[in-house]
Amino acid sequence: MSTTPETDTHSEETTGHGDISVGVAGAAGDSGASATRITPGNALRPEDIALAVSRGTAKPSEDVAEFALRLGDDALILAQRLGHWISRAPELEEDVALGNIALDELGHARSLLSYAGGLDGRSEDDLAYLRREHEFRSAALFEQPNGDFAVTIARQFVVSYYQFELYRRLASSTDSTLAGIAAKAVKEVDYHRDHSSQWVLRLALGTDESRKRMIHAFKVIWPYVDELFRDDELTGRLSEAGAAPQPSSLREDFDRLTGEVLAEAELEVPNVQPTPGGGRRGLHSEHLGYILAEMQVLAREYPGASW
Amino acid sequence: MIPNDSPTSQARPGTPVAVAPIEPQAGNVWPIWEVFVRSSRGLSHVHAGSLHAPDAAMALRNARDLYTRRNEGVSIWVVPAEAIASSDPDAKGSFFESPQGKDYRHATYYTKSEGVKHL
Repeated sequence: MSTTPETDTHSEETTGHGDISVGVAGAAGDSGASATRITPGNALRPEDIALAVSRGTAKPSEDVAEFALRLGDDALILAQRLGHWISRAPELEEDVALGNIALDELGHARSLLSYAGGLDGRSEDDLAYLRREHEFRSAALFEQPNGDFAVTIARQFVVSYYQFELYRRLASSTDSTLAGIAAKAVKEVDYHRDHSSQWVLRLALGTDESRKRMIHAFKVIWPYVDELFRDDELTGRLSEAGAAPQPSSLREDFDRLTGEVLAEAELEVPNVQPTPGGGRRGLHSEHLGYILAEMQVLAREYPGASW
Repeated sequence: MIPNDSPTSQARPGTPVAVAPIEPQAGNVWPIWEVFVRSSRGLSHVHAGSLHAPDAAMALRNARDLYTRRNEGVSIWVVPAEAIASSDPDAKGSFFESPQGKDYRHATYYTKSEGVKHL
C-alpha cells in the first residue's frame, strides 16, 4: 500500500479549519482511506438558508415565519440547556453525546431562525440575541432546568418523540424551505429518540436508585407535555394551507411510541395535571429569563462583536 | 476515552491478558471498548480508538458520537478491550525483527523460470 494517502489524511486534519471540500475531492480516487478521514457531506446548511433568504429566493409568509420562530426557539433554548451538560455528564462519552444533540438542535434553530428572519430582514443572531423574553415563542418544556441526569433524559425523551412526529410531517410541507429543514432534522431527531429511549430503559431497569430517579423525572417533566400538542389559530391556518400539521394530530403517534418504551421500561405514564402553557404567546416560566441573560449577555454588552 | 495509541491490555504470548484496569471499580466505572470504523469505500474496519460504555449497545452509540462525527464511516464494530490480547511492546525484538533480512520470503527474491507466462 502506498504511503501517500496517509500523508493526505494528515494534511486534511491539520488544515481542518481551511477548505473542508478538499476531503471530498481527495477521497474520490484513493483507496488508502483512514478511519478518521473527514468529509462535509452535502446536507442543507443554515448558511444555505440565510443565503437564499438574502437573495430573495426563499421568503416565508407571515404565518410560516411565526411558526418557524416557535420551532426555532424550542430548539435554541433546548440547545442552550443541553450545552450546560458539557463537562458535567456521568462520563466524557455522555458529555459528547449530549453535546452532539445540543449541536443538532442548534443547527435546526439556526436554519429555522434564519428563515423566520426572512420576513423582516433580521438575521439569526438578531433573533437569538436581541429579542426580549416575551418575544420568544418556545414552549415551557424546553426551558425546564436540567435537574439530574434522569430529568434531562426525560425531557429529551419527550422532546425527541415530539420533534420526530412533527418534522416527519413537516417534511412534506407546501413550504419548500420548511420541508427541507424538516427533512434534514428528522434524521437527527430519530437518533435523539434512540439515545433517550436507551437511557430510559437503563435507568428505569437499572438500580433501585436509578429507577426511583427516572420515575421522579417523568413526574417533573410530564406536566409540560400537553402544551406541545395544543392547536391555535396559527396552526389552524397553516394546516389548512398544507404548510404544517396541527399539533394535536401528532399526539396519537407520540402516545403510542412513547408508550411502547415506557411499557418496556415498566413505567407508567404519569398522571399529572398539565401546565397552562402560554409559551407560544410569549408567556414563559421563571426560567427563560435566566437562560436569555446568560445567552445574550455578550451580544448585548458588545453590540456587533465578532471573533 | 483514552488516547488512540495507548494499549489497553498487553500480555506476553501465552500469558493471560491483564484485566486489572478494565474491571469495574466499585461497580461505578464503565468498561473500555475498542472501536473499529469502516469508511464508505468498501475497505476493512480500521481501529479508530477506544471509549467507555456500560454495555455493547451504548458502546456502539458512543462510538457513533465520538468517531463518526465528520462522516468517517458507514459501519462500526465495538469490542470489549479485555477481549483483545496484544503483543508486548518490550518483546519487539524477538517478535518483529526476525523477518528482517529474510528476503527469500518475498516473491521478488526469486527469478522467473523460463517459459512461465502471466507473471
